Amino acid sequence: MPPSDPAAVEDAPAPRHVHKPLPHDSAAKHVQGAALYIDDIAEPEGTLHVALGLAPVARARLQELDLTAVRAAPGVVAVLTAADVPGKNDVSPAFGDDPMFVEREIFFHGQALFAVVATTRDAARRAAVLGVTKTTVLKPRVTVEEALAADATVLPDYQFGRGDPDQEIERAPRSLDGSFRIGGQEHFYLEGQVALAIPGEDGEMLVHSSTQHPTEVQHVVARVLGIPDAFVTCEVRRMGGGFGGKESQGTQWAAIAALAARITNRPCKLRLDRDDDMAMTGKRHDFRVDWRVGFDDDGRIAALDTKLLARCGYSADLSLGVVDRTMFHSDSSYFLPTVRIASKRLKTDTVSNTAFRGFGGPQGMLAMERVIDAVAWTLGRDPLDVRKLNHYGEGRDVTPYGMTVEDHDVGLAILEKLERSSDYRIRRAEIATFNARSPILRRGIALTPVKFGISFTLTQLNQSGALVHVYSDGSVHLNHGGTEMGQGLFQKVAQVAAEEFGIGLDRVRITATSTAKVPNTSPTAASSGSDLNGMAVMVAAGAIKKRMAQYAAEEWGGTPDQVEFRDDRVFVGNESVAFTDLAKRCHLARISLSEAGHYKTPKVSWNRAEGTGRPFYYFAYGAACSEVVVDTMTGEMRVERVDILHDVGRSLNPAIDIGQIEGGFVQGMGWLTTEELVYDAEGRLRTHAPSTYKIPVASDVPADFRVALHQAPNREVTIYRSKAVGEPPVMLANSVFCAVADALHSLAPGKVVPLDAPATPEAILKAVEELTGSVGF
Amino acid sequence: MTVRPIRFLRRGRLVDVTDAHPRTTLLDWLRLRERAVGTKEGCAEGDCGACTVVLARLRDGRMVYEPVNACILLLGQVDGTEVITVEDIAEAGGLHPVQAAMVKHHGSQCGFCTPGIVMSLFALYHEDAPADRTTAGDALAGNLCRCTGYRPIVDAAVEACTGKPADRFAATETSSAKVLAALDDGADAWLGDADRFFAAPAGEDLLGRILENAADATILAGATDVGLWINKALQPLERIVWLGRVKALQTIEDTPDAVAFGATVTHARALPYLEAVDPDLGELMRRFGSRQVRATGTVGGNIANGSPIGDLAPALIALGATLELRKGERLRTIPLADFFIEYRKQDREPGEYVRRIVVPKLGPSERFRCLKITKRRDEDISTTLGAVMLTLEGDLVIAARIAFGGMAGTPKRAPAAEAQLVGQSIKQAATWRAAAAALTADYKPLDDHRASAKYRMQAAQSVLVKALAEIAGLPSETTRIHPRKEASLAAE
Repeated sequence: MPPSDPAAVEDAPAPRHVHKPLPHDSAAKHVQGAALYIDDIAEPEGTLHVALGLAPVARARLQELDLTAVRAAPGVVAVLTAADVPGKNDVSPAFGDDPMFVEREIFFHGQALFAVVATTRDAARRAAVLGVTKTTVLKPRVTVEEALAADATVLPDYQFGRGDPDQEIERAPRSLDGSFRIGGQEHFYLEGQVALAIPGEDGEMLVHSSTQHPTEVQHVVARVLGIPDAFVTCEVRRMGGGFGGKESQGTQWAAIAALAARITNRPCKLRLDRDDDMAMTGKRHDFRVDWRVGFDDDGRIAALDTKLLARCGYSADLSLGVVDRTMFHSDSSYFLPTVRIASKRLKTDTVSNTAFRGFGGPQGMLAMERVIDAVAWTLGRDPLDVRKLNHYGEGRDVTPYGMTVEDHDVGLAILEKLERSSDYRIRRAEIATFNARSPILRRGIALTPVKFGISFTLTQLNQSGALVHVYSDGSVHLNHGGTEMGQGLFQKVAQVAAEEFGIGLDRVRITATSTAKVPNTSPTAASSGSDLNGMAVMVAAGAIKKRMAQYAAEEWGGTPDQVEFRDDRVFVGNESVAFTDLAKRCHLARISLSEAGHYKTPKVSWNRAEGTGRPFYYFAYGAACSEVVVDTMTGEMRVERVDILHDVGRSLNPAIDIGQIEGGFVQGMGWLTTEELVYDAEGRLRTHAPSTYKIPVASDVPADFRVALHQAPNREVTIYRSKAVGEPPVMLANSVFCAVADALHSLAPGKVVPLDAPATPEAILKAVEELTGSVGF
Repeated sequence: MTVRPIRFLRRGRLVDVTDAHPRTTLLDWLRLRERAVGTKEGCAEGDCGACTVVLARLRDGRMVYEPVNACILLLGQVDGTEVITVEDIAEAGGLHPVQAAMVKHHGSQCGFCTPGIVMSLFALYHEDAPADRTTAGDALAGNLCRCTGYRPIVDAAVEACTGKPADRFAATETSSAKVLAALDDGADAWLGDADRFFAAPAGEDLLGRILENAADATILAGATDVGLWINKALQPLERIVWLGRVKALQTIEDTPDAVAFGATVTHARALPYLEAVDPDLGELMRRFGSRQVRATGTVGGNIANGSPIGDLAPALIALGATLELRKGERLRTIPLADFFIEYRKQDREPGEYVRRIVVPKLGPSERFRCLKITKRRDEDISTTLGAVMLTLEGDLVIAARIAFGGMAGTPKRAPAAEAQLVGQSIKQAATWRAAAAALTADYKPLDDHRASAKYRMQAAQSVLVKALAEIAGLPSETTRIHPRKEASLAAE
């Protein structure tokens, strides 16, 4: 049999589908407007539309909610509040602290007070603004400092580490300390939150939801309606972007639509307006990081003591795992002999922050890169030399959480290869020459590494399911628990299925993710989609092939393990038969051609209480070198050139992987440069639309953008020895931020550049002023 | 007077709009009425471009294909055009060249922005010149993509947009032009009744009569702001008078001394004329919104709307532009600087409309600079924008006109800074700094989500110093991260 053991793939004949740069399965549909998103599904007759009434203040006691005018508005069919919820008024993913509708307490500006169900979306929206509230307003806590002063947290403090960093920092020849702010980030998926709920008989509910986590939607809809999970089906064919913003944040709208459908007994659709979406859904956590470091005269770090102050918003949501991942990545790629990584999950009266591509990791890594920069600057060394000096290596390979970095050579090799291919040293010298002659414009360059842990740190999530049918005409129905949000998961998994059966891709039908087909799924998150679902499909296909091979061997001789599936045929003994014919014959011989596959990631374990274990199956590596030019009079900045080398194992689909790398990098660049979330003192988000919240556009991407794959088989057994690629590239953008800091460092060599993220023109100019004492020329 | 319905060309047929609400957007009409759901709503405020469709129209006897944001364009505004959406462009034998290039270069991931991107590229495909990475970037400035990082989309644009359109739209251009020419019938168009209407008068007579009878009617030019009043503020607009069919307001008069724009001349049409006045003005216009916004937004609308930032207003104030307003038979002309009274309050009576803007060209002794500061370079609203016009006699400053946007409740001149310059040598760095310091007397900017008051003032002072230093001879390669595009037509 051809390899169902992926470890054997290296010796297998050249693959027909995997490792090929094939287009996204929906590409032709995308470009013709023929790919259907939830708002595009033909509405069942009688569909009603839901709009929400939003809390007008951030922190208050709700005294009275007068909905008379709302009910009287044209087209209104029903108005729903917490009192209408038959089950639990809770849409939280874990901790029971996310009310679907406000009950007595308002927790953040924009929180859902009530829902209007009307004949058109326009009528619902116009009615929803007519609610009148009477509230007792309290002063909201908005900033890290306000939450710290009140000692307000959503979850207990947590730390891990080793040794006594206080003592080691004291003893080290040199030490530094600092505090650094890192902004949050809005997902800005182009398709906003949307759900369509269709009531069935006996209280059944079918929910089309734009979600990365259909099982979670199923749970929450069942919880809100007070019915068993088995009465709820959640389905999603594709999302118009997710990025973590539809992991836990998609459920509330699905649950409200389902409640509206239950109460009106009609299909109900809820699609948030963009401004409401930005006000009502969580974002990447913003942090203040306080750090102290001890090091020697070469810049070798002896000890690090870091405190991660995360602004979580009003509830826990996914902040346990997010901030844990910040802690896991606070080493970046560097060995920290003695270390304390402490975290505080601060509670503020703002929307609850949530998953966002990288899941806390980017903040931890960036903070560490800033420490390295500070060490290098005070020693007058090139930051890249200090990076290499502290990189994990032989005998210096255990992380602060006790996991050994077994393949640190991959990370260092990538760093060194990129150093050469980007001409880092030559350009560093050219930049110094330029800066010496340029009073206003300053250039900077930085080369930073990426090491990102792959696996859910909540071990139970590292499992997956697939459902594969071979029909009697030999066509294949492919289904698994992963969701498609643009990352090309469906295409990659279809390539796996076609490869396994040895048939053409056009014989494999990709179908919508549904909780009715594959149950109890994990979210499509943590970059795990292809690793988990590709394997589950391989398992399912393997089981079907085994039965088909058994039959073939019985019919044509030979042993089942000699049967080969390739080139649309099945080779058995000296015979071969078309796959389609074998499928038909198996069916006539009453052999099952359907299988549910299940997979669980090996080796992973994590004991959070002890702070030990192996939370990650493996690491994905990468490095980026960015060059920027900064205007020291206005703070304007331009990225001039970017070189990237990124580790994808043996890529399942190099075109899709390059798309993930470039897209992740640009998204990270936006986070660290132009994307700024501004809350006012009253807790209102002031940047709640693309007019004020600026994600990168085409002209922000450097014309000189060189991206290459580091292709080597994953040392661990994964699907065709590939590596996860969804999140790690975001952190390649740390190089842009460090390059800006490098440019500013030229104004005051030896000083630590006091630049906070994002490096907006204002943040850059503030740093210029602090470094030089003035702004101007 | 003959009044006809709003009428446009769609998929080979003429559509008469008879039963839509006056404030219906083109996007809602497409998605909810026609059920053409390929075009997406991403933000409903004209910033993300997911709703981009193309309007083909006859202009000066030629077919032009312009991308527009369907989410904030009112249905009545498509009168006289052909509405082309993403579902319409595939060729009989397969994909349109821009679609094929997008697939080939892996230009879509989640696919939600893709219909809008395809339509922006379709418009680019129909331009005369081949696209390069810079022009492609400009063509895509109004299309947000959160997945790809744009590189593959720009690759697709450069490959497919060769400047030699050869699709079926190009092949059938003559017959389409004939249909569209017939729609340009000079008739007044009307949707609704006397109480609730979208009126599209073709002449100023009817326009004047409507405004006389319904002085509370909303005067609509490009709808790039009014669209947000509808979608976001949920304003119940019921009476809308659209200026877009009034011929007299569409003219551009280019003379040796000045260029005069009718109020509804779009930014796209004004761009080359302003660029010829000064390259900084051209770059300002290129960074004005996006292609989509510039295709509908108008010079007159930008002024009459009275934004405190304005973009055009400070630049035109510095150039000494004048404004022509009309109410009934009464015409008056005022300096543009006097039009802005205070925050969102202009010198315009109910029923009065902006008719024309006259922009003087630079004389041989005049020097101009204009710099716009934003968080993101393209498609962003100014944090501050400064424009400087000096009249020089040798090195001596004879006259100075400086105006900023984003520094006060209105676009406003800087008399204190101007006073520091007049009679001084432009070569003196001390003079630049004195003028910059004087800006604190001219402006008291605000803190908001774009920037702090402190940053605004610092950036404004830097803008002024740079402008003066450049006029004194410092090359812009040393003063700007995007050097000034020196054009052959520039005065210097």
